[in-house]
Amino acid sequence: MAKIIVVTSGKGGVGKTTSSAAIGTGLALAGHKTVIVDFDIGLRNLDLIMGCERRVVYDFVNVINGEANLKQTLIKDKRTDNLFILPASQTRDKDALTREGVEKVLNELAKDFDFIICDSPAGIESGAMMALYFADEAVVVTNPEVSSVRDSDRIIGMLSSKSRRAEQGLEGIKEHLLLTRYNPERVEKGEMLSVEDVKEILAIELIGVIPESQAVLNASNSGQPVILDTESDAGQAYLDTIKRLLGEQVPFRFLTVEKKSFIKRIFGG
Amino acid sequence: MSVLHCADLSPATLNTLLSAKLAQAPAFFMQAPIVLNLSDVLQTPDFTALKSLFTELKLVLVGVSGANAAQKIAAHAAGLAVLQVGKATVKTKEPASQAQSASSTAEASNDRRPTANAAPSIAPATMDSKIVEQTVRSGQQIYAKGTDLIIKGAVGAGAEVIADGNIHIYGSLRGKAIAGASGDTSKRIYCYNLQAELVSIAGNYWLSDSLQGKFWSNSACIKMQDDSLVISELV
Repeated sequence: MAKIIVVTSGKGGVGKTTSSAAIGTGLALAGHKTVIVDFDIGLRNLDLIMGCERRVVYDFVNVINGEANLKQTLIKDKRTDNLFILPASQTRDKDALTREGVEKVLNELAKDFDFIICDSPAGIESGAMMALYFADEAVVVTNPEVSSVRDSDRIIGMLSSKSRRAEQGLEGIKEHLLLTRYNPERVEKGEMLSVEDVKEILAIELIGVIPESQAVLNASNSGQPVILDTESDAGQAYLDTIKRLLGEQVPFRFLTVEKKSFIKRIFGG
Repeated sequence: MSVLHCADLSPATLNTLLSAKLAQAPAFFMQAPIVLNLSDVLQTPDFTALKSLFTELKLVLVGVSGANAAQKIAAHAAGLAVLQVGKATVKTKEPASQAQSASSTAEASNDRRPTANAAPSIAPATMDSKIVEQTVRSGQQIYAKGTDLIIKGAVGAGAEVIADGNIHIYGSLRGKAIAGASGDTSKRIYCYNLQAELVSIAGNYWLSDSLQGKFWSNSACIKMQDDSLVISELV
């Protein structure tokens, strides 16, 4: 049975799509057949981050409306085996998703895949609710600043009250905290909330801390999930996150300021 | 909506009774919608006559409640709504018996009961506190009607916890806490870590600015004293 993981945050621009792409790719690299579903109807982005924007023919809404079948619509990733993308529609809006339609598509995907990653839109309206409704687990993407933390708190409340698991009285959605854009230097200066601060406020289990990194922007611009950039700190942090998601115990990295070497200090860099 | 209970519905009697009542507060009942309760009346009154009587007295007869089958048909014919008997009316009879049977044990252990309700014989003997086992998240609102609220977790920024009784929070209070919501100034707020946006007891409130100082980010108890809120140590 497939595991449905929603990547959500409440607030926009915190790194949901980047994280969805990285997590999906990471799970596929670990040998699990994975599909990433873009729930951001009308503001399609996942295809850009995954570098498959020129290969989108049909989309999620076409499948729901029966205008195309899943096989025609799923885009197979060219770099990573076991990885597929279900793109969102760019011409429709969030109301094009119906609960029955989404359920039908997810059930069909569940037959073939080990993991279904739902890339949620920002906000707490119908689109975001649709993305989280069927989830088994949730990755709550949060930046270390107060507005993002508050919005995450709100979304965690929704996960525990508005999901299928909550409505049917099943065991609740397993919530994971993914802290992105973390900058230890600014934390030290007191300009940014620390990991401990955020953990204390949100009170859910921490699954990863992704450092603020130029590599993330480069990866997005080149349409290549940052997790494939194994040299970068952000790529490595996502790899650690995947291991934790699969149940491994991995120590957290990139939480403290790196001491610059003597030579670097003189010549810069 | 005002409900009128009357056993004798002959227009003459009703006119005398109502006129006397209205004389006490003419403005208060001006054009007030009235529901006529028929549970004590067996025969079917002349609803059309009653309607014109109410109009004369500057009242609006909108419907009847507690009607039997024949009365319902007549009320419909006269263009009146047929309503269910309100819950409050039913309640007055039912919990009274419970209260008597359980009162001896409850009264000893529960000192807030007499203030919680003006008519103790009507109230249930004991009101269980509302207990919330997890963190209250931003945007969530919890109301403990007529009782205490106990939260085993934090109250997030942008969350609201409201109780007619006391509020106990075994975690950080970052949102709003409103105790004694129905106006009881003897209620208190207790929390392990005070970082509230707002605390209020019976309508008297403080914003976070007023809470800064020694008790901020510490455990605290908030209560009313001499018409003002005061914060003190929890232990």
